[in-house]
Amino acid sequence: MTALDEVKIGGLGASRLRVEDQRFVRGRGTYLDDIKLPGMLYMEIVRSPLAHARITRIDTSKAWQIPGVRLVLTGEMMAQRNLAWMPTLSYDTQAVLATDKVRFQGQEVVVVVADDPYIAKDGCDAVEIDYEPLPAIVNPEQSAAPGAPIIRDDKPGQTDNTCYRWEVGDREATERAFAEADVVSSLKLHYPRSHPSPIECCGAVADFDAGTGKLTVYMTTQAPHIVRAAVALIAELPEHQIRIVSPDIGGGFGNKVPVYPGYVHAILASILTGRPVKWIEDKTGNLISTGFGRDMYLDAQMALRRDGKILAVRMHADTDQGAFFADAQPSKFKVGLLHSAFACYDIGIGYITAQGHYTNKAPGGVAYRCSFRVTEAMFFQERMMQAAATDLGMDQAEFRRINLRRDVAFPARTPFGFLVDSGQYHKCLQVGLDAIGYDEFRREQAAAREKGRLLGIGISTMTEPLGAGNSREYDILGIKMFDSAELRVHLTGKAILRTGARTQGQGHETTWAQIVAHELGIPADDVVVEEGDTDTAPYGMGTYASRSTPVAGAAVSMAARKVRAKARKIAAHLLEVSEEDVEWELGRFYVRGAPERGASIQECAMAAYSNMPDGMEPGLEATAYYDPPNLTWPFACYIVTVEVDPETGVWDVLRVVAVDDCGVRINPMIVEGQIMGGLTEAYAMASMQFQTYDADGNMIGANYMDYLLPTAWETPGFELHEVVTPCPHHPIGAKGVGECAAVGGPAAFVNAVIDAIGDAGVRNIDMPLLPDRVWTALQTRQSVSGAPPVGRS
Amino acid sequence: MYPAKFAYEAPRSIQELLDLLARHGDDAKVLAGGQSLVPMLKLRFAAPELVVDINGVPGLDHLTEDPDGTLRVGALCRHVTLERSALLAAEYPVMAAAAPLVADPMVRSRGTMVGSICHADPQGDWASVLMALGGHIVAMGPRGKRPIAMTDFVVGPFQNALQPGEFAYEAVVPPPVGQRTGTYLKLERRVGDFATVGVAVSLEHSGGRVVRAGIALTGVGPATINAADAADVLVGKPLSEETVEQAARLAAEAAQPQADHRGSVEYKRHVVATFVRRGLARGEVVAA
Ligand SMILES: Cc1cc2nc3c(=O)[nH]c(=O)nc-3n(C[C@H](O)[C@H](O)[C@H](O)COP(=O)(O)OP(=O)(O)OC[C@H]3O[C@@H](n4cnc5c(N)ncnc54)[C@H](O)[C@@H]3O)c2cc1C
Repeated sequence: MTALDEVKIGGLGASRLRVEDQRFVRGRGTYLDDIKLPGMLYMEIVRSPLAHARITRIDTSKAWQIPGVRLVLTGEMMAQRNLAWMPTLSYDTQAVLATDKVRFQGQEVVVVVADDPYIAKDGCDAVEIDYEPLPAIVNPEQSAAPGAPIIRDDKPGQTDNTCYRWEVGDREATERAFAEADVVSSLKLHYPRSHPSPIECCGAVADFDAGTGKLTVYMTTQAPHIVRAAVALIAELPEHQIRIVSPDIGGGFGNKVPVYPGYVHAILASILTGRPVKWIEDKTGNLISTGFGRDMYLDAQMALRRDGKILAVRMHADTDQGAFFADAQPSKFKVGLLHSAFACYDIGIGYITAQGHYTNKAPGGVAYRCSFRVTEAMFFQERMMQAAATDLGMDQAEFRRINLRRDVAFPARTPFGFLVDSGQYHKCLQVGLDAIGYDEFRREQAAAREKGRLLGIGISTMTEPLGAGNSREYDILGIKMFDSAELRVHLTGKAILRTGARTQGQGHETTWAQIVAHELGIPADDVVVEEGDTDTAPYGMGTYASRSTPVAGAAVSMAARKVRAKARKIAAHLLEVSEEDVEWELGRFYVRGAPERGASIQECAMAAYSNMPDGMEPGLEATAYYDPPNLTWPFACYIVTVEVDPETGVWDVLRVVAVDDCGVRINPMIVEGQIMGGLTEAYAMASMQFQTYDADGNMIGANYMDYLLPTAWETPGFELHEVVTPCPHHPIGAKGVGECAAVGGPAAFVNAVIDAIGDAGVRNIDMPLLPDRVWTALQTRQSVSGAPPVGRS
Repeated sequence: MYPAKFAYEAPRSIQELLDLLARHGDDAKVLAGGQSLVPMLKLRFAAPELVVDINGVPGLDHLTEDPDGTLRVGALCRHVTLERSALLAAEYPVMAAAAPLVADPMVRSRGTMVGSICHADPQGDWASVLMALGGHIVAMGPRGKRPIAMTDFVVGPFQNALQPGEFAYEAVVPPPVGQRTGTYLKLERRVGDFATVGVAVSLEHSGGRVVRAGIALTGVGPATINAADAADVLVGKPLSEETVEQAARLAAEAAQPQADHRGSVEYKRHVVATFVRRGLARGEVVAA
């Protein structure tokens, strides 16, 4: 009897084709819009055309007169039911339908429900609303200016536009370190507002059954259980009568974590009409009103010793929160994980302050393929690293080498309290430098410059904390950030696995089965994975923040190990030996010293239902709840080379080298897909993608003509490399990977362009590095800011 | 994205089409490739009473060259046909350069050059191309056909010179008076992006001199811009560094760009000048 080949049965390390793609590529997925219930009505939203205005009149009478219009909801009607405002996941309030004022362009003002979406839209057009415009605030500076209009005059005690203040680190020690520094390097920049922009927009089909009292909501959510809790708390419905089903999701990227007003409208509309109500956002609705990412301003300094050692860092961040503080982020830190900055470097001292500002812009969400501001943290970090190396006159790679943590230094505590688990940072950097041919490129660059050609190279190295959370520091509405898995092995040895996570492109249906295969030797093809239905899935906190593998994936392992423990007892019974004499190899128990006498996991499963030992409960299933002891800390080194056209400012990417250490790779193909997707988004943010506002608060970037997603045509090729440092505290040694490249990538592109310009005056160009900004930098030999408002003159 | 209610007709002949347009006048909109009209309908920027789909009308999809060298592009000739045309690749360098830069492959397989020109989007690429080539649109109406010079066709942003009851039958490029060179250069942020700046440069050479020149600009004004002064300085002499510089400067002056999220006024003017220079550098003929 030879042991099973793990890769052949689709275990760890198998680049198994994605199971879910079988239905997706055939157009057989069931997305929200595929759900059609008998008697279903359709909902459309009237949105504010203005960024800031008092509502003086709403007249819905003409809409009610249109045949087929069944319901027109206004803020006043919501207020009568105490639903005009709802709590946000960041302990603020958010208007469900505007009553007093509109506070951002695109805000929900009136809802129309009709027999079909065309009539609903006609109803929207028939609604009359009068506004009295107020000055619009589109950046933190305007927000904090003396005499600025108070956006949140609905909040008792709110006397300015400050949303929060926050600090971390040791202020005095930091000041002392700065006093002793040989060189102080400083940098100011803006990380522009971007949007996760999944291809499928947000929506819901709410179905309240008056007969049973049960509310079923099909919803594009990355976290169905959180929504159930929120609905129970907001709508005051009993939790057992609420079922949230998240069908196939057409991309999330963080956009589908928050609870949006539209969900509440649809639920109330179903309760009031007694019929199912479908709401699906159009693209502009999604881009203009739902959770954006970033929009953060950095003002930072680094204290340096002449030999390149970083002594301390000091950062202040201003965040533009929009009209409501609605970040869907579970940490107890107001500015998310911004203080994970510099975790990969051996820096003992630092101090970070942050201030949140209300503005007349869409409210947060605040993630776009990132763990709550980690993207900003790593971008700021790597932009500061470049500026500091330049100020020291030191080579970019050498400066990183001097400051990266050594392999022996783990676990390492950062000055802001994180515990970094493991890594081989120097090795990753070296793999990257070798792959790109760093020294040779530097020579090429110098030669090209002689001829007036501008070549540049940018490095970004970073570790980021993934996998919210642990229950000490992370919760949502008080619910701790664990996750769960439930594994049922049927009598023929086939199995069903359910988790509290929710896949939306990550490939859980494929990879979770691989973890089961690894733990039990059941071929991955024999395991079906189900997620997203709160009536059947174990309680979990959903998928975002690269948390699925670190948390739910660990729970899968733990559930499978519980099953194995029970199977071991059954095997002992079948083999007629005591449990201590039973050994395990992949897929099979055998008698110690007599390896030919064994029982396969399938035989144990059959026996669990047909021939269990006396006194043992029948069945072979287990549930595990996993509360991770720490975050996981993947490391990445991204290196990009570019050429800038000095005449037009257009820049082309020459090469992109990515070295990712995300611990043990479950499915290398899926990991590589995640990295390529992240790099594509990094390139997008660096080169073309942003949402900005004009002085009147009009959003620019509310459709795909203005908000650009790169296509295969302009997206550069990626050269991927790997290093593996198993996570010391994860059952299978895996770390997260979903976000790494989107988090660490942007700085590599920007650093490369700044390097190509090679002018000390040009410390920064704000993303996206549009050709006109690069050209302006070349002309003026100064940094170029991209902060809103964008000009019209 | 749900359009307002509209009626739909799909005529089967040019006569049926003309009858429908005569009957409905301004209330009717022609649907060709639908790549601009359908988005406008869905956004409710356009709400015509009647949409007249011309895709079933025979005899409108031609791409032909008359014996005298006149090129005719029918109302249903798709961007992709132009992109793949061997004739254009060999003899119409400006058109061949522009075709693959219009929109993206999906849009190109459906959208039409004539539809694009009728749409009169200041960021549309084809209008500049046809303008630089000195072309015209053939309108067809109850009283037959009439030519409208490209320089007269676009009367404002999203407004053309067709009268109620008329449709655009074809776009026409006149026969060359010399050897044709030129190109279309477009600054876009991404495939399928509208032009931040687009420049069409068309030259015809004979006896070592430029005998006809056209320069037109995309995306830098309220409508397609005919940079006639810039083109005129090139005519009657060989291309020289001096005339190229003059043309570049005059074209930049002719541009009326607005600052927006794609770029500043100075930048857009600078790119116009740069593209005119680059376009003309490609316009040199080896030995005429
Ligand atoms: C994603 C996307 C990207 C794009 N990018 C670009 C780009 O980069 N550059 C560019 O130039 N264009 C771009 N376009 C527009 C595209 O080129 C359209 O195909 C073109 O503008 C319209 O041609 P059509 O045949 O689709 O016309 P339709 O959409 O059918 O019609 C457009 C307008 O012209 C009228 N019309 C059409 N044909 C006639 C006719 N024969 N007689 C009278 N009126 C007529 C219609 O009534 C309508 O008002 C883009 C479009 C999309 C959707």
